[in-house]
Amino acid sequence: MAWDRNQMAARAALELQDGTYVNLGIGIPTLVPNFIPEGVHVTLQSENGMLGMGPFPIAGTEDPDLINAGKQTITELPDTSYFDSATSFGMIRGGKIAMAILGAMEVAENGDLANWMIPGKLVKGMGGAMDLVAGVGRVVVVMDHTNKHGESKVLKSCTLPLTGTGVVNRIISNLGVLDVVEGGLKIVELADGVTEAELRAATEATIVN
Amino acid sequence: MNKVYGSAAEALDGLLRDDMLIAAGGFGLCGIPELLLAAIRDSGVKDLTFASNNAGVDDFGIGILLQTRQVRKMMSSYVGENAEFMRQYLSGELELEFNPQGTLAERMRAGGCGIPGFYTKTGVGTQVAEGKEHKEFNGETYILERGIFADLSIVKAWKADTTGNAIFRKTARNFNPPAAMCGKVCVMEVEEIVQPGELDPDCIHLPGIYVHRLVQGTHEKRIEQRTVRAA
Repeated sequence: MAWDRNQMAARAALELQDGTYVNLGIGIPTLVPNFIPEGVHVTLQSENGMLGMGPFPIAGTEDPDLINAGKQTITELPDTSYFDSATSFGMIRGGKIAMAILGAMEVAENGDLANWMIPGKLVKGMGGAMDLVAGVGRVVVVMDHTNKHGESKVLKSCTLPLTGTGVVNRIISNLGVLDVVEGGLKIVELADGVTEAELRAATEATIVN
Repeated sequence: MNKVYGSAAEALDGLLRDDMLIAAGGFGLCGIPELLLAAIRDSGVKDLTFASNNAGVDDFGIGILLQTRQVRKMMSSYVGENAEFMRQYLSGELELEFNPQGTLAERMRAGGCGIPGFYTKTGVGTQVAEGKEHKEFNGETYILERGIFADLSIVKAWKADTTGNAIFRKTARNFNPPAAMCGKVCVMEVEEIVQPGELDPDCIHLPGIYVHRLVQGTHEKRIEQRTVRAA
């Protein structure tokens, strides 16, 4: 047993602090808005130039001028604002965005993150990920703990090209929640039905507790 | 001075040459200068370098200039939606300089503001930082990034008056203002040109000082990822 994609997104939603501005990455993070706890209001930033991102449109009302950073059609809210890309990354680089919830290919015990490139295989680009991890207040990574071969993606050091060094604060995986602390990772929580031994066995990184 | 031209080809007349650096607005296929890109393709000009967040898809956006091999180099943050791009890049026919998205936007903005370089934390400790000057400020490391000074800017706005004062619509604004600012000459395509006085001066997104030539046209505005929810 472990968390599925929706359960990981629901757990990540508990990270959201009321009244903050948050950026959600592509993949599992896009599911997080479905699980925002009652009484918590967050404003979602889409780094292509929008604060106050609304849900996907109802069929027939799609607007080609209104998309999110994943190029999907979206909607606006009463408190939405639009701005250009330089302003958008100005607020990211300037530390105005409290938190980013992002996907990852690999995370290391010192908080290094790799999520943009597999040399020789996948050359798509970093998009806004490098700016986000360098600029936002807190970086939470949502990811599968192991790859399809069962090998750990939570490592002593990353093997893939880095997105940022020492930038990850918390990892939420299908197996549980870990924080990046002095000397390695600390287990904060186990996923439903996962034992500490199973989490440790799936983790290459140093666990300090 | 008349800034309004009758067609995209006329608006680009005398501005295009081989080997030039063109800054283009747009994010994905949203807010791209689709009419000017088609006119650049038809002009046959080649060995172009594009500063543009993305490279379009195979048959739309900058993708149409990749098909005709008119592009030598891309300065972009994300190029994942274009198979022909990937083929040309992996075979060494196309140069690619990856820029973090915010760094690319700021490089354009800086160039347009006469700023030749700036320091940023973005990319420190990654491939992006290789070969760049590192400098410490208040105990943190930053890298030097250069302003982009383009030979030509091509952008798309929603409405402009005949003097080039422009308004963008929703997230189609994206890279258009910084791209417009960083070119020696900026050509803008719009959905509607109006007379001075018809736009509220307090609501202009890009003042006409940045816009040298204007053309009105009909836009396809293709949607890349049509996503909907149940009614």
